[in-house]
Amino acid sequence: MKLSVLVLEGPYNHEASDSAYNFIQAALAKGHTIRGIFFYDDGVYNATRLMDPPQDDRHISKRWSELGATGIDMIVCVAAAKRRGITNEVLVPNIRISGLGQLASLIDEADRLVTFGD
Amino acid sequence: MAATGKKVMVTVRKAPHGSIYVQESIEVMFIFATYDMELSVVFLDDGVLALHPGQDTKGLGIKGFMASLGALVDWEVTKVYVDRQSLKDRNISEDAIITIGRDEETDAPIRPRVLDSAEIAAMMAAQHSIVSF
Repeated sequence: MKLSVLVLEGPYNHEASDSAYNFIQAALAKGHTIRGIFFYDDGVYNATRLMDPPQDDRHISKRWSELGATGIDMIVCVAAAKRRGITNEVLVPNIRISGLGQLASLIDEADRLVTFGD
Repeated sequence: MAATGKKVMVTVRKAPHGSIYVQESIEVMFIFATYDMELSVVFLDDGVLALHPGQDTKGLGIKGFMASLGALVDWEVTKVYVDRQSLKDRNISEDAIITIGRDEETDAPIRPRVLDSAEIAAMMAAQHSIVSF
């Protein structure tokens, strides 16, 4: 099955971001395709290279970046990002900034959209 | 681009003003309205509070979205529904919810259509995707 994922919450404070990541890993392991991941609302904070967690903790943006390196389309909403100071300069590699229209496309191109939020 | 006319539902489940969810769901509705998809919108749970008339966000210092909700029909977001039980649970009368536009011919006010949970569930089952806020 082709899946797209919408992430609405930031990292560390909410489980939604971890749940999204774990869901995607499980889906990939089962042989499903991830068409793309869209970060909206505070979800845009998942993509900043400025995060620097303690070494014994998971590095959430690095984790997303590595997932992006496998070819999965990773998109941060431009309007939500601008509000929160997330610009191209602070993005981790393999994640791009674009508009909500990309969410419509991800929905169109996938069999299902799965939302992770509050 | 999204061009296959798929059925997509946006659900609004959160109370207005306590978080950005309702406002961002409206942004999504307006963008999706410009795409060739069969869009529907459902207000349920605390999301029905967004339909309560007379809200004013001046005191909160935030932009507010009542004008946007009041113009959904103008943006061709016409399939707008609200869960009957969620209204009842919050003591909101079915005829005391905001209008989302006016009928082009008769100028009659258009309100979100009140549905039973079972009808909403059936609609959900028929969707290609549900974007849940």
